Amino acid sequence: MKKEQQLDLYYQMVLIRRVEERGAELYQAGKIGGFMHLYIGQEAVSTGLIAAREPRDRVITAYRDHGVALNCGLSANEVMAELLGKATGMSKGKGGSMHMASVEKNFWGGHAIVGGHLPIAAGLATGDQYAKNDNVTICMFGDGATNIGYFHEALNLAKTWKLRVLWVCENNVYGMGTSVERASAVKEIRQKAEGYEMKNSRIGGMDVTKVYEAAKEAIDYVRKNSDPYFLEVDTYRFRGHSMGDPERYRKQEEVKKWEESDPIGIFRKHLLEKKAATAKALDEIEARVEEEVNKAVEFAEASPEPAMEDLFNEIYAE
Amino acid sequence: MAKITMREAISQALTEEMDRDPAVFIIGEEVGVWGGTYAVTKGFYDKYGPERIKDTPIAENAIIGAAIGAAMVGQRPIAELMTINFAFSAMDYVVNQAPKLHYMFGGQFMVPLVIRAVGGGGRQLGATHSQTPDAIFAHFPGLKVVSPGTPEDAKGLLKSAIRSNDPILFIEHATMYQIRGDVPDEEYLIPIGKSKVQREGKDVTIVTYCKGLELSMKAADELSNAGIEVEIVDLRTLRPLDMEPVLESFKKTNRAVVVEEGWKSYGVGSEIVSRIYEEAFDYVDAPILRVTQKEVPLPYNRTLEQAALPQVPDIVAAVKEVLK
Ligand SMILES: Cc1ncc(C[n+]2csc(CCOP(=O)(O)OP(=O)(O)O)c2C)c(N)n1
Ligand SMILES: [Mg+2]
Repeated sequence: MKKEQQLDLYYQMVLIRRVEERGAELYQAGKIGGFMHLYIGQEAVSTGLIAAREPRDRVITAYRDHGVALNCGLSANEVMAELLGKATGMSKGKGGSMHMASVEKNFWGGHAIVGGHLPIAAGLATGDQYAKNDNVTICMFGDGATNIGYFHEALNLAKTWKLRVLWVCENNVYGMGTSVERASAVKEIRQKAEGYEMKNSRIGGMDVTKVYEAAKEAIDYVRKNSDPYFLEVDTYRFRGHSMGDPERYRKQEEVKKWEESDPIGIFRKHLLEKKAATAKALDEIEARVEEEVNKAVEFAEASPEPAMEDLFNEIYAE
Repeated sequence: MAKITMREAISQALTEEMDRDPAVFIIGEEVGVWGGTYAVTKGFYDKYGPERIKDTPIAENAIIGAAIGAAMVGQRPIAELMTINFAFSAMDYVVNQAPKLHYMFGGQFMVPLVIRAVGGGGRQLGATHSQTPDAIFAHFPGLKVVSPGTPEDAKGLLKSAIRSNDPILFIEHATMYQIRGDVPDEEYLIPIGKSKVQREGKDVTIVTYCKGLELSMKAADELSNAGIEVEIVDLRTLRPLDMEPVLESFKKTNRAVVVEEGWKSYGVGSEIVSRIYEEAFDYVDAPILRVTQKEVPLPYNRTLEQAALPQVPDIVAAVKEVLK
């Protein structure tokens, strides 16, 4: 990876972190409502993954979508505005935290029904197959989502029809409060892909360069062979499942232990050790992010609420 | 009498029935270690253990399907759907299997199953997580649909539901767990399929249930200050529907408003209004109005969401309208 690109990835990860930390504050202050699921701890996954795509490759994910939205190129302004339910959010304040998307950025959403977007991902790829292009659909989901029927129907269809989908399971150990161990018959989620004779691998998700490399290879494979690929990525969410999680299901020591492999810390160390960047350069990036996020909060707070007639707009396309 | 919350009332019904009958167990997502998404089953896991408080994978079809199977062989499962919106992920089991099995096999199987599901809007959860689709479920013969509006009713009806030999969908409202009400100290049951007059009045009949009851009670206070006395009939059970108290009240007031949180088209109100026209046409003095959610998927934005939901002033206005 070129130096500029590495710095850009660092910037993206810090941006996600700071947008969400500020988001959490705004939530506590009552300015954000509903369910908000933070991506803090998992930044390296979507950052590495989406850096490896061509712009024509599609991305679709679940409700833990702020990071994915930013990685796809949505601005901090739009993300923050959507969190605050403002007209200037990408979903015009109708979607909120769980429902970010941008057709322009080839980001097909944030979806809140667990596993529900997997058949839709197969559909995006079916549309592309029908159009005879070689776009790849990158579909992200959690470990918990692999226990619902949607997952199995979608994987089977993708393999049978040779759809260009890269399935990415973010194994962050828990689906809400239920560990993989307690919910899944197989301990390695990639084994489920084996069941569909789908090519697969399992990688660590805390080192963005490793995620990037694995994703590059996988996307290449999918594109060239017109065949789905399953990537299981080990990661961890440092915060609760959503705001207001009593966290009775895990010990704080476990969280602390994972926090030692903070993806931002790891990458920072990597960049310094490889002399890809000076501490000063990285500090400057952090300062730039700080300013950008401050501006985003100001922008979102100053933005108008959606108009009342918007309530009735867009129920149908015509 | 003790004043307790809706949450406590439901919790008590569950523990009392679990203590009474070892065949009763709970199955659902995050019901155990987490303590229930809405904290209704908090402490249950420690008290009853993992065999009776079964945390499941995220798999709504398996939850409802397995509960049906266990019920068929004589257990009395209480399946919890984290929200009623996820019933759509298990729709076949909820409306196409559970309600059919007793009838279709000539009465051989019984499905003594309770599905507890949390519904309702007002929490900024967006279009897929905020619905009040009760009417859809009430459409299916073979399924009973219960949706209480007070802690007393919730406790008594849930206990009856657990003892019933039929599949019952028990719908709670996400914004009502903190409401308080008097509940008898001694054990009691409330029969399923009985509507109840929750407030007496002579001028207009309000027919409602669940969240609509909370709103209608507030509207009734306001209207009373303006000299209008409404009678509130709480359906409590949507199927089988008990029209007797509704008709009795209507024959007295000759005017009615139906209040529900769901959408107007093909809704609970559509049913109630037709039944009044069919069964008490001679008593109608004014068109019967419906206060419902606006016909939109619910938005995230708080102001818009609140504008889409039925509110107390809407009820007050409708009551005044039917009195014109
Ligand atoms: C069909 C359905 N069932 C249940 C839920 C409630 N729910 C939301 S997120 C979640 C846990 C998902 O866990 P996982 O797939 O591992 O993703 P993570 O939250 O860890 O990113 C659950 C049970 C839902 N949204 N949809
Ligand atoms: Mg998970």
